[in-house]
Amino acid sequence: MRKLHTFHGGIHPDEHKLMSSTPPSARAPLPPRLILPLQQHIGVRAKTVVQAGDKVLKGQLLASSVGMLSAAIHAPTSGTVVSIEFQAVAHPSGLPELCILLKPDGEDRWIEHSGFDYRALPREELLTRLRDAGIVGLGGATFPTHVKLNNAQGIQTLILNGAECEPWITTDDRLMRERAAEIVQGIEVLRYLAQPAETLIGIEDNKPEAIAAMQQACNGSGIEVVVIPTLYPSGGEKQLIKILTGKEVPSGGRPLNIGVACSNVATACAIHRLVNHGEPMISRLITVTGNVKSPQNFEALIGTPIDELVQLAGGALPDSNGFIVGGPMMGLEVTNAQLPVVKGSNCIIVKSGKLFPAPPPALPCIRCTRCVQVCPAELQPQDLYWFAKAKNLGKAQSFHLFDCIECGACSYVCPSNIPLVQYYRFAKSQIWANERDKEAADLARERHEFQLMRIERDKQDKAEKLAQKEKAALAAKAAAAAKTQGEPDAGTGADAAAIDALRAQVREIARPVSEQPPEKSA
Amino acid sequence: MFPPFITQASSVREIMFKVMLALLPGIALYVWYFGPAILVSITLASLTALATEAVMLKLRRRPLSPFLSDNSALLTAWLLALSIPPLAPWWLVVVGTMFAISIAKHLYGGLGNNPFNPAMIGYAVLIISFPAYMTHWLAPQGLGQLELSFMQQLGYIFGGHFPAGVTVDAVSMATPLDTLKTQLHSAHSMGDILQMPVYGSIGGKGSEMVALGFVLGGIYLLLNRIISWHLPLTFLAALFATAGAFYLFDPAHYAPPLFHWFSGAAMLAAFFILTDPVTSPTTLRGKFIFAAGAGFLTYIIRVFGGFPDGVAFATLLMNMCVPLIDAYTQPKVFGKKGDQ
Repeated sequence: MRKLHTFHGGIHPDEHKLMSSTPPSARAPLPPRLILPLQQHIGVRAKTVVQAGDKVLKGQLLASSVGMLSAAIHAPTSGTVVSIEFQAVAHPSGLPELCILLKPDGEDRWIEHSGFDYRALPREELLTRLRDAGIVGLGGATFPTHVKLNNAQGIQTLILNGAECEPWITTDDRLMRERAAEIVQGIEVLRYLAQPAETLIGIEDNKPEAIAAMQQACNGSGIEVVVIPTLYPSGGEKQLIKILTGKEVPSGGRPLNIGVACSNVATACAIHRLVNHGEPMISRLITVTGNVKSPQNFEALIGTPIDELVQLAGGALPDSNGFIVGGPMMGLEVTNAQLPVVKGSNCIIVKSGKLFPAPPPALPCIRCTRCVQVCPAELQPQDLYWFAKAKNLGKAQSFHLFDCIECGACSYVCPSNIPLVQYYRFAKSQIWANERDKEAADLARERHEFQLMRIERDKQDKAEKLAQKEKAALAAKAAAAAKTQGEPDAGTGADAAAIDALRAQVREIARPVSEQPPEKSA
Repeated sequence: MFPPFITQASSVREIMFKVMLALLPGIALYVWYFGPAILVSITLASLTALATEAVMLKLRRRPLSPFLSDNSALLTAWLLALSIPPLAPWWLVVVGTMFAISIAKHLYGGLGNNPFNPAMIGYAVLIISFPAYMTHWLAPQGLGQLELSFMQQLGYIFGGHFPAGVTVDAVSMATPLDTLKTQLHSAHSMGDILQMPVYGSIGGKGSEMVALGFVLGGIYLLLNRIISWHLPLTFLAALFATAGAFYLFDPAHYAPPLFHWFSGAAMLAAFFILTDPVTSPTTLRGKFIFAAGAGFLTYIIRVFGGFPDGVAFATLLMNMCVPLIDAYTQPKVFGKKGDQ
């Protein structure tokens, strides 16, 4: 038995998982329309390569990745690009996002595609293929997988996250039960890329069927299924790494800093679809649960409107009042049923006042430190709250605001019902905004200084050139005079002019650094 | 709505209510040994606290119902009433409670913002302003020279006069801690003093049982996770260690450590006063420092100071240090433990 470690704190909210994890998953039928945001991942927005009116095939590239930290978007089915326009999406900012609207033609006709032998490919090529297939982390953060694996070679531990610690969500559970062999094939690709000394799959002990399925599929592969105690947020990347290895990802660092890479089991499954079938990331398994008639998991095309899936689950019951995209701890409340499912959407919970009653009005903090007791980042949430409320951002940062993973455990236990996470998000976004303002101001100042410097330099150049011209003219005159005198020393004047010109060039090159145009520091 | 969309069912009201519930065994034993007068002062303090709270909320333009129902003012009232002699004129309780709620709590920003324990501020104001009234402790039943009926007690509390021919000295007596101090000054030995009828098997007669009632309540709070063990146990350990050191040094002049545990307000302080979350540190190391300091100071003030008990001033002195303690005891966060 592997020795398990513990992280500090954590909570045991009611699970509510059985209702959606019991029925087998089903494939959602083609929706009447698909909305595909160009930004479904962390990083740079993808760039469209199609135009309104284009007929596209299933799996065809719609938007390509821009640079390294980006991911491509593909057509989830065959059809026509209706338009490319800004649409509301499920994002905490509430801002609309540029989306490709696709009208399926109902034929679901694939573009030519096939699997490939990844072991025959150079590493770089394989990573590029992951990027071009739009593979991103499906655990929720949607970090592009090729970036994560780029420097992960010869690491100590590769961890597959099957913890699924948040209540209500059961997609990874169903996926592991139903497609264990596929997940393992995907893991093999990750192992090939990362060459880890050990590969572990962490699964919470409230999913015995998934554990059994994965154990069977991993038999003889050298991959170890590790059963961990059910405790929210054990599926947080840093927490899972701590549980399985005892190591802590350094504050502000990445798992790679301690020789660990972590990926979701659903991501592994998507990699399998790409490598063995040539399919880009165009669908995902998603839990539809909450105040619906028959909760279930659905294999849904990316871009499917929430409403379509809720209908499949029997429809929202009459007393429903909105949706949560994601889980009840970290999800996002939306009221618009037409918002699309994106790569990072793992769950849709139909809300009702009964299932998710509005909290009573917040009272002042009484410093009871229940939040301290449950905080997995070992922060002092009551102090962070105090500083965020007072907009004392510097102090909030020095109390490690940016180590907060926004898991919501503090708010969950708060007897004063303070929306603590909201305060932390507010403080973080204020700090980011201030930094952006400062950067913009710095840039403007640099530009201004550079402009002044250039004007000055041009002035000097002009003056020098003028002086040279005069000198050259003088020298030519002198030479002409000498020539008329029939002197043998012809050409000295011209040489002198050339030497002067050279000197000017040297001066230009050797000008002090302070006068050089400033380089923008990265 | 903001995430998380689910919360544990708990509230400030429930926490304060459970603390009040935990005071009941101690109060019941108080009534058993010293008569029902304490119930009068608890009622008086409660009514005053609620009225003062309402007025202050109104003046501060805060909503009445969420704060009036949070039970925090009531808890302050109960703790203050338990710290005052039951046989006190009604206005003593009223003045102390009003000061605790209006000055010590609301002028600092109300619930959650007061740096000092309001009940202890109320006590400090009374013992400094009206020291004579604060010494009229009732003798445990069966020990007083003269025992007043409940109606006679009410007559004194609200009318300010005893039945004809009765003096205050006849119906009250010094506390065990006070008796010890004065007896030691008149050069009696510790062994003789503790044989006096005012003493029970460990501490004061009757009061040791009340203290035991508070321990029972404390255990209830620990089991319900309303408080953690750190503050009470550290306080008691520090009090025990300080008392023990002096006792070992000179057992003839210093009372045994258990005596200090079960005398005065030690147990009330350990489980109900120091554990006020608003006025105690939030860090783990801070809690140890705070409670150890309070235990040490309690002993020093009791034995070498001029006040009947040291708990209130020890608490207030340590309350004063809380921001400093918190600032210097910040724990290492996740992912920072490798530093230094």
